[in-house]
Amino acid sequence: MLKTFMRRAGKFAAIAAAGLVMSASVQAAEPIKIGSFLSVTGPASFLGDPELKTLQMYVDKINEDGGVLGRQLELIHYDDVGNASSARNFASRLIRSDQVDIIVGGSTTGATMAAVPLVEQAKVPFISLAGAVVITTPVKEWVFKTPQTDRMAAERILTDMKDRGFTKIGLISGTGGFGASGRKQTLDVAKDMGIEIVADETYSGSDTDMTAQLTNIRNTDGVQAVLNFGFGQGPAIVTRNYAQLGIKLPFYQSHGVASDSFLKLAGDSAEGLRLPASPLLVPNALPDSDPQKAVVQNYKSEYEARWDSKVSTFGGYAYDGLMLAVKAIEAAGSTDHAAVREALENIKGYVGVTGEFNMSPEDHNGLDADSFRILEVQNGDWKLID
Amino acid sequence: MLNQFMQSRLRGLIVLAVILYTIPAFLSNPFHYDLATQMAIIAATVVGLNLLVGFAGQISLGHAGFFGLGAYFTGIMTGNYGWSAIPALVVGGILVGILAWVVGRPILRLKGHYLSMATLAVGFIIAIVINNESQITGGPDGMPVPPFDVFGWELSPFGSYSLFGIELNGSQAWYLFAAAVLLVAVWLAQNLIDSPIGRALRSVHGSEVAARVVGVNTARYKSLVFVISAIYASVMGGLYAHFQGFITPAVASFDFSIVLITMVVLGGMGSTMGVILGAVVLKLLPQVLTHFQEMEAVMFGLILMLTMIFMPKGLLPTLQMAVSKRLKKRAGGQA
Repeated sequence: MLKTFMRRAGKFAAIAAAGLVMSASVQAAEPIKIGSFLSVTGPASFLGDPELKTLQMYVDKINEDGGVLGRQLELIHYDDVGNASSARNFASRLIRSDQVDIIVGGSTTGATMAAVPLVEQAKVPFISLAGAVVITTPVKEWVFKTPQTDRMAAERILTDMKDRGFTKIGLISGTGGFGASGRKQTLDVAKDMGIEIVADETYSGSDTDMTAQLTNIRNTDGVQAVLNFGFGQGPAIVTRNYAQLGIKLPFYQSHGVASDSFLKLAGDSAEGLRLPASPLLVPNALPDSDPQKAVVQNYKSEYEARWDSKVSTFGGYAYDGLMLAVKAIEAAGSTDHAAVREALENIKGYVGVTGEFNMSPEDHNGLDADSFRILEVQNGDWKLID
Repeated sequence: MLNQFMQSRLRGLIVLAVILYTIPAFLSNPFHYDLATQMAIIAATVVGLNLLVGFAGQISLGHAGFFGLGAYFTGIMTGNYGWSAIPALVVGGILVGILAWVVGRPILRLKGHYLSMATLAVGFIIAIVINNESQITGGPDGMPVPPFDVFGWELSPFGSYSLFGIELNGSQAWYLFAAAVLLVAVWLAQNLIDSPIGRALRSVHGSEVAARVVGVNTARYKSLVFVISAIYASVMGGLYAHFQGFITPAVASFDFSIVLITMVVLGGMGSTMGVILGAVVLKLLPQVLTHFQEMEAVMFGLILMLTMIFMPKGLLPTLQMAVSKRLKKRAGGQA
């Protein structure tokens, strides 16, 4: 009896001692906590899935190379299923319960904006991976973002149109978040650039036929080119209808469909259309003088080797988000929130997958419209135009 | 007799109050308060829905629509038109009540589950309107909502307050407030259930024909309780919007309607305390199952199915029955 007790007590002591030693060693190099909430499943999974894969892959890679400031990175991730309320709850959990040092996440604009009030109050640096211009305009002290804004996409498309001499265009857009915001920005930019929007049509995300809207645009007097701002399957249907109706006007799509899956969905109908996109789609076509070429090629080959799936623009946003976070923490020399935030704001000339980032107190995105490349679909593949 | 009756009604309320106000002892950080506050608000919504489902035997598949309408009405009025929160909540509640009356009154004259179909449609329409009227509602990207205020005094989850000399942070203050709201919601519901209206409703649930025969105006009572449950949803939606500080059309989605119904069924139709438990369990689930997020929908379905098969009366009533059975057995054995 006494013997078993003694043996048990000994065992217990050994375990306790081991535990103490372990916790001591953990304390010596407490990991830097990077929090993330992404839409890995649900309707926006095509954004969240490559984003999460990218984060996991590069956190592992950075840890293998010795971490940041001699500390390991720890990725704490939650899936918001594309729902803004859960995004907010998980942001709350990251900030208050997990007490992360920085947040890189928010696949959609809704998810990002739902978390913004919390982040601003809790004063935690937050790098969003969502597109709309409202995220960083007006500038919010603690919020940064890596994708170009939809406004830049509109600027880039309209500039290309103007260069080709089109001043009267037809617009067709989806009523989803992306399309609605894109439409607003396009109307705005067009006014500034002296381009006239002569037709303005919309379709909802679940529509399966857009010939009515396209016929309206075709029958509008003086229309010289057509732009579609949309996301998901809608733009592919618009493209197919466009070809079926035999419309000969030059056709533009937004960066929302800049992926190989769109080419597959739209098939031959996509021939000749132009869109603004990340150089990630045409890494080998970039001139050697382009500073982004090496970064983009590296990311593409590493991602495809690790996950055995095609790289996507959206994963590139997460790559830049993580690298900006790491750079800022290194520059700040600590994980102090205010110092990291300030370092983020002062990042200049970081060349990422998406473009060259030059942050400033007035610009928490740091990209300019030229980071978009104009691509044209030729023979079922992307061709770099500009 | 009446005295005893009053006591039993108060007892439930007191037990709930004690539970609600001892919970803070187990909450360690603002995130927990955050979640508990949401649970209280959703629980109050479900208490309202339970009046309809558990007592009138009607199912609403569009309650998130009313919730979302309340949320957006308050959000728009306080955010864009400078209204104070209370009038926005009240007017929103009245408008949603009128809408529910218009929808429910003609349909509830019919027997059967036509209300589910009508509410399904109304819920979808509300969600579509919120999604598409982006000039007013911000569209699918959502809109910010200012904090809750009463006569210029603001209750923000980020503020700090003192109550009877105790320092509280915003999350704690919101929790105390939401708990009080839940208590009031339960108290109102209990009163309604134990009033002549409640008895009439139960008779409708039992046998509509019999109720009609003894002279109960079934259509009137059914519409009345439908309107009341819609007002519950609207007011709670408004509070939820103020608490969250940001709302998206997801609050009015069909999915959320189903979640609300699931809470009622899981907790126990007709049991006010039961549905609160249902709300707590289902609100906690996504946080507990963070590693199986993709399985959430499957889990929801599974829970609903298992409850229907093994606990058709719901969690709490089944538990209560099991406990009282055991107690009786023990008492019998001793005697």
